[in-house]
Amino acid sequence: MNIAVAIDQIPQDELPSASEAGPAPKRIVVAYGFWIFLLSDIIMFAAFFASYAVLVRSTAGGPTGAQLFNQTTVAIETVCLLVSSYTCGLMSLAINSRRYLRTYLGALITFALGAAFLSLEIREFSSMIAIGAAPQRSAFLSAFFTLVGCHGLHVALGLIWLIVMMVQVAVFGFAARVQHRLLCFSLFWHALDIVWVGVFTVVYLMGVSS
Amino acid sequence: MTDARHERAPGDRPSREMHASAPSELLVYTIGLFVAVLLTATSFWAANTTLLWPGGVLLGLAVLAIAQMGIHLVFFLHITSGPESTNNVLALAFGVLIVFVVIAGTMWIVADMSTNMMMPSGAPMSMQH
Repeated sequence: MNIAVAIDQIPQDELPSASEAGPAPKRIVVAYGFWIFLLSDIIMFAAFFASYAVLVRSTAGGPTGAQLFNQTTVAIETVCLLVSSYTCGLMSLAINSRRYLRTYLGALITFALGAAFLSLEIREFSSMIAIGAAPQRSAFLSAFFTLVGCHGLHVALGLIWLIVMMVQVAVFGFAARVQHRLLCFSLFWHALDIVWVGVFTVVYLMGVSS
Repeated sequence: MTDARHERAPGDRPSREMHASAPSELLVYTIGLFVAVLLTATSFWAANTTLLWPGGVLLGLAVLAIAQMGIHLVFFLHITSGPESTNNVLALAFGVLIVFVVIAGTMWIVADMSTNMMMPSGAPMSMQH
């Protein structure tokens, strides 16, 4: 449809200008600021992805990705993070309808799945280091541990944040400021899942299939 | 309803007051999970199968990953093309532009440099000091 025609069809009183409506509510300002932070965080990950893509062939005679990566572990990690993103969404629905039990349950499942992801990743890292594939072995492994480790660090920080948020819900209830922070947490958790989609595709699947 | 006069916060769903026909939020998340699982399973299958032409697998994996990121943005982060989500979409578009410049630019420049660094064997190393 022609855009000009589509704009003409919108009744003007439904779209007041921002100056007419006054300053935006705090929930929108807080979430938008956090959205900007998340985008800058994703740009940082883009730099790590770029350095990984450049260094992936620089194995210095050491092990390659195809020799190191276990796809079963990666598949389980992916399912853990994906389902935890879903339960995080269910948790934010419970928060919006102010149900304590469902909020705690959603947070508990989200935390358990995130912790399962992290423990699998730590086990993978330690088994790689045990066979001599440590970050100092080659440029490829340095880039690998930086990229995947930075994502794992974000997941660990998210888990700590989730505990702090549940304590705040228990102490303050569903106060407006607690709800703003919970909205930021769910944005953070979903963004981590988006980064993980890039990680498992670029690092693990492309590393094994090429 | 004052919220309807403003942009929507990123991650917030469209308000039911504005869109009476909006599907239930639980259904949105469940559809998102279903499609994401489908795309992930396809990615893992494509990386391991021998049925596909190997040269096309990398491109296919990239397309599947970008599609899944889009699914996450729409169904989990509730980014829409509606007028109340313009600021969020514009910020996202700028972020995607920078991500593209950083990744594609780095790979282009470094590939170009490594091509130039390759000396033909036997040629005089006049460029080296």
